[in-house]
Amino acid sequence: MNLFPRWRSHLESFCIPVGALLVALLLFGGLCALEGYNPLAVYSAIYQAAFGSWFAWQNTLLRAAPLMLSALCTVLPARLGLIVIGNEGALVLGGLLAAMTGVWWVSAPPLLGLLAMAIAGILAGGLWIMLIGALRHFRGVNETISSLLMNYLAIAFLSHMVEGPWRDPSSLNQPSTFPLPDALQLGNLPPSRIHYGLLYGLVACAIAHLLIQRTTFGFAVRTVGGNRRAARIVGLATGKLTLAICFLAGSCAGLAGMVEVAAVHGRANGALNANYGYSSILVAFVAKQNPLTVILVAILLGGILASGSLLQRALEMPDATVMVLQGLIFLVILYSESLYDRLPWFREPPQLEDEAARGMPPPVLAAATAKPPLPSGDLHR
Amino acid sequence: MTPDSLGWWGIPLAILGGLLRGSVPFLFVSLGECLTEKSGKINLGLEGSLLLGAVTGYALSYHSGSAWIGVIGAGGAGLALGAIHAWLVQQRRVNDISVGIAMMIFGGGLANYLGKPYIQPTAPQLPALHWGDWSDLPAVQSALRVSPLLLIGIAIAFTMQWFFRATRWGLIIRAVGESPTAAKAMGFSVGRTQTACIMVGAGLAGIAGAYLSLYFPGSWNENISSGQGLLAVALVIFARWNPRQCLYAALLFGGTQGLGPALQSVGVEGYYYVFNAMPYLLTLVIMVVTCSPVRSSVGAPASLGQSRPDA
Repeated sequence: MNLFPRWRSHLESFCIPVGALLVALLLFGGLCALEGYNPLAVYSAIYQAAFGSWFAWQNTLLRAAPLMLSALCTVLPARLGLIVIGNEGALVLGGLLAAMTGVWWVSAPPLLGLLAMAIAGILAGGLWIMLIGALRHFRGVNETISSLLMNYLAIAFLSHMVEGPWRDPSSLNQPSTFPLPDALQLGNLPPSRIHYGLLYGLVACAIAHLLIQRTTFGFAVRTVGGNRRAARIVGLATGKLTLAICFLAGSCAGLAGMVEVAAVHGRANGALNANYGYSSILVAFVAKQNPLTVILVAILLGGILASGSLLQRALEMPDATVMVLQGLIFLVILYSESLYDRLPWFREPPQLEDEAARGMPPPVLAAATAKPPLPSGDLHR
Repeated sequence: MTPDSLGWWGIPLAILGGLLRGSVPFLFVSLGECLTEKSGKINLGLEGSLLLGAVTGYALSYHSGSAWIGVIGAGGAGLALGAIHAWLVQQRRVNDISVGIAMMIFGGGLANYLGKPYIQPTAPQLPALHWGDWSDLPAVQSALRVSPLLLIGIAIAFTMQWFFRATRWGLIIRAVGESPTAAKAMGFSVGRTQTACIMVGAGLAGIAGAYLSLYFPGSWNENISSGQGLLAVALVIFARWNPRQCLYAALLFGGTQGLGPALQSVGVEGYYYVFNAMPYLLTLVIMVVTCSPVRSSVGAPASLGQSRPDA
């Protein structure tokens, strides 16, 4: 009868986030105007620096790559009902250990060496976040707070190691590890400056999507995320699932660190701690914890990050400007969550042929099914 | 004379000094978080309020010439961010932890955005109480230099303890935190109570920020906070949602923070970052020891962290 029975809710789940982005941009423009900048000039600078030319696109995609990977660190546990924000820590540790693998095994053949570095990054990040999952499952430690704390531990470890035991004595201004040999640098996709990390990100998001939506494992994860108690009653091993999903999540962020080290910095140093981790939390929430949407949002946010330096140079705005914009987007997106099922345009019309249904409130069946469950956030429990 | 000349006696003295200086921001943010959580909501974004408070306090002190106006303004900035937080978490399907993460990014970004012009100029600082002047040793004098905000914070801790235990308003807040439905049935407005608690809590975090920029270390820069706002939630768990124990927790954390510089001053170097990370590690260990997978923590408000049900 009706080819698209739920078109209204699909339209709703497209319009609300886009509308929220626009509102955030408007608020941001207002804030810029208050400080005496021309909002239109700011918008156009952001657009120019993010998507205005092939050069800008390359900058954007370069930043999108680590964002995609480390956003998965929040996305995957969210499907299980956990809010993990340890992206920065896993990224930093993955990068540091990947760099040291390359430094220790200088003579490695390029492919093997890069593989070893990737594995080191994956293991470091994965085990780090798995520890958070284990604390949550076995000790009931709230995963949001522990991951926040462990970010600081990881960053302190990085700072300690690059200024102490693993320091290259010749790195004076910015203490770093020894540089990676040229053979172990990640190459670029042929006609561009974009490194292979972007490919890693795209593949990881695709795999995460298939894993969550198309496998038994993913179904189990979504079941636990929907109702942890019910999942336990039907016999799902919630502990194993928690550990597995946390390992996968951390491994993605660790791989992001390896990509940054092998393709951008060429060594591990404080620059690894470039707040990709925190921006990627935003990516995960804006993408509503959907791995495929992560790709789009990461590119969008990569563009915003890429515009930071132009805003600084051309308009003499503080470099925190992009952070304000990120925060605003985050807040408005969170608010927009509460608008689902509330806007009259997207309500399914009452079934006219059924007289009895006339007086009833309109059915709000569809909206809930397409969305992942809200993470429970049951703190201290 | 440096602590060096006191030999190893310099260490406990430097720790005492660090404790008296470093515990104040912990005290204010943990009291703010305690108040917020008693009403059943969590504010993970106190770091944002703290940073915005720091820059507002510094700017107002610079323009008005009075550090105390700065402190009041910092509290106001915290209240404003708290109002945004409170309004957002009252919405349907909005989870307070996510809002906290967003407020952390937003508040921090806004502070750095507005604070750019204030990195260079020097603003009038808060006065200190010189309790160590009876001694000839400069190390003792500097260790016993106490900020009036520490005394105010201690007073707030004991007042809040009494407030929760013995006043009608305190009881209403606890009722809302334990069971919003019951509180509602008794005719109290859950939303308004929580809004007030979140706002005042964020205001206290703003004052903590003013302490950082106007007393110790006493300047504004983008790395002024060493994560005091982030630790608030953990401190409150450690303090078992008890304002008086928030005071002890804050003193402990202030002391841990004083440890690194203290050891550095007697020549133990090279572990600077390790010592700086001690409070985080300590918090984590405390959480691992005190949490349990089967029951909620003792003292935790029963409805803590539950988002408002649909419709």
